[in-house]
Amino acid sequence: MLAPQDLDALGLTLRLAAVSTAVLLVLGIPLAWWLARTRFRGRFVLEALVALPLVLPPTVIGFYLLLFLGAQGPAGRALAALGLEPLAFSFTGLVMGSVVYSLPFVVQPIQDAFIRLGARPMEVAATLGAGPWNRFFTVALPLARRGILTGAVLGFAHTLGEFGVVLMIGGNIPGETRVASIAIYDHVEALDYAAAHGLSLVLLVLSFLLLVAVYALGRGLRVTPR
Amino acid sequence: MSLDVELHGALGDFTLDVAFSAPASGVTALFGPSGAGKTRVLRAVAGLDRGVRGRLRLGDRVFMDADTFVPAERRRIGYVFQESSLFAHLDVAGNIDFGLKRQGGNAAGGRQQRDALVSLLGLDGLMSRRPQTLSGGERRRVAIARALAPSPALLLLDEPLSGLDTQRRAELLPWLEALVRKLELPVLLVSHQWDEVHRLADHLVLMDAGRVRASGTLGKVLGDLNLPLARSPEATVVLNGTVSTLDERWGLASVQVGGVDVTVPADGLEVGKALRLRIAARDVSIALDPPGRSSILNVLPVTVTGRRDAGAQCTLELSLPGGGRLLARITQRSASELDLGEGASAFAQVKSVAVLP
Repeated sequence: MLAPQDLDALGLTLRLAAVSTAVLLVLGIPLAWWLARTRFRGRFVLEALVALPLVLPPTVIGFYLLLFLGAQGPAGRALAALGLEPLAFSFTGLVMGSVVYSLPFVVQPIQDAFIRLGARPMEVAATLGAGPWNRFFTVALPLARRGILTGAVLGFAHTLGEFGVVLMIGGNIPGETRVASIAIYDHVEALDYAAAHGLSLVLLVLSFLLLVAVYALGRGLRVTPR
Repeated sequence: MSLDVELHGALGDFTLDVAFSAPASGVTALFGPSGAGKTRVLRAVAGLDRGVRGRLRLGDRVFMDADTFVPAERRRIGYVFQESSLFAHLDVAGNIDFGLKRQGGNAAGGRQQRDALVSLLGLDGLMSRRPQTLSGGERRRVAIARALAPSPALLLLDEPLSGLDTQRRAELLPWLEALVRKLELPVLLVSHQWDEVHRLADHLVLMDAGRVRASGTLGKVLGDLNLPLARSPEATVVLNGTVSTLDERWGLASVQVGGVDVTVPADGLEVGKALRLRIAARDVSIALDPPGRSSILNVLPVTVTGRRDAGAQCTLELSLPGGGRLLARITQRSASELDLGEGASAFAQVKSVAVLP
């Protein structure tokens, strides 16, 4: 039903979402923990920064990333000095774009879960001999697992639907940066509605199933601290 | 060996400034109205509030002084929080073993002790249950077992019976009493319930508004006429005694207390049993001569060791021959007519004695 190049685009999209989600969790969990715990007064500035992708047109994010990552940008020049290719128009560049674009969707549910925990479980763990790292991994993470799972699924789903950022920094290189949403756009431009239907339906069903998972998780989200 | 506490710190608009010393065995109760800073003291002793400074020492172990701050996880102090605060992601066994697993040293010995603790607390049947499925009393018992399993050097109990209904409390209190008598470690208990203090405490620290008002043995603090407590309508003393004889015909028991015998109902008592007697000041009246024919069973020879007058009322501090202390609440008129001053010999007629078995 799907043409080989559409299957490629779909495969690339899933790979992009998976890699981005992994990076998002590695960055997002410590960031969410810090935001949930810190008494730093300027915290809200960082929170606003994390939330920016919720309101900005993706093209704006893509535009700045393009300037930053392109051959003439600071990152591009630094890489060129090391004898490396610039990241714009590459899969790695797409991952970086997706991470920025989906960050609030991962950080916010995890931050909420950490806030809901309160300080008590960590205090109990401390009096039972667990040091800071030990209590983070054996108490905070397991107790916040639903929030973390919700963040991961939302980050994955949101990356699947990414279009504007990819268009700006990824272009349309088959097998490298041509993701499903771009392929659909191309099909519509070429008035090939049948092919657009096929891919769109796959994305629609996939996104719906992922959101069903999020809401099913949310049903049991309340972690009882007592 | 003793637990020496000296803490000061400002937390918002609350200032904590306390110093007391408690024996390193038995139960020391921190008593006071809510907002007195009792829980603050426990948290600081546990090492959970870095904002509080001062000195903390248990025997020769220094937890905190001018240039030391041992973090909570290395103090080996068990803490039972007011809410049981069980880990929701672990079953009962996982909760109880949490501290044990993180403690170095003799694992096999720790295991054995843990099993004994589990049976002692009657938790055998609950080990694979989730905390969410337990009753309030069961959670409390699991929380106590969890705190005790890693063999702490000191146990902190923050209102161990709060939030339980009257019946559950009545069930848990004697059990808790048996437990703390059995433990060979010092216990710091926060409470604002007199019955808990009367039953459990050996030592009492009275707190109010972030300060210590008085501290000493339970008997000494309860009977101290210099404290508002002994002059209040609820003034009460607690005496330690041992059952000496049983009178089966009348269902009575004699309890040896401070060199005299006090007669109490024998319900469930046996010879040799140690218990506490609680006597309210308003249940004690004074006679200069031993009353001839009276329905009052307990007439004890005493010496007046102190007197405070307040309005029409007068509170007398009385010494038993063996050193125990009683309080009597009488009218000032009676005290003057009987010429009851310090040093006077008299007889205390005790209308009612509560047995705390």
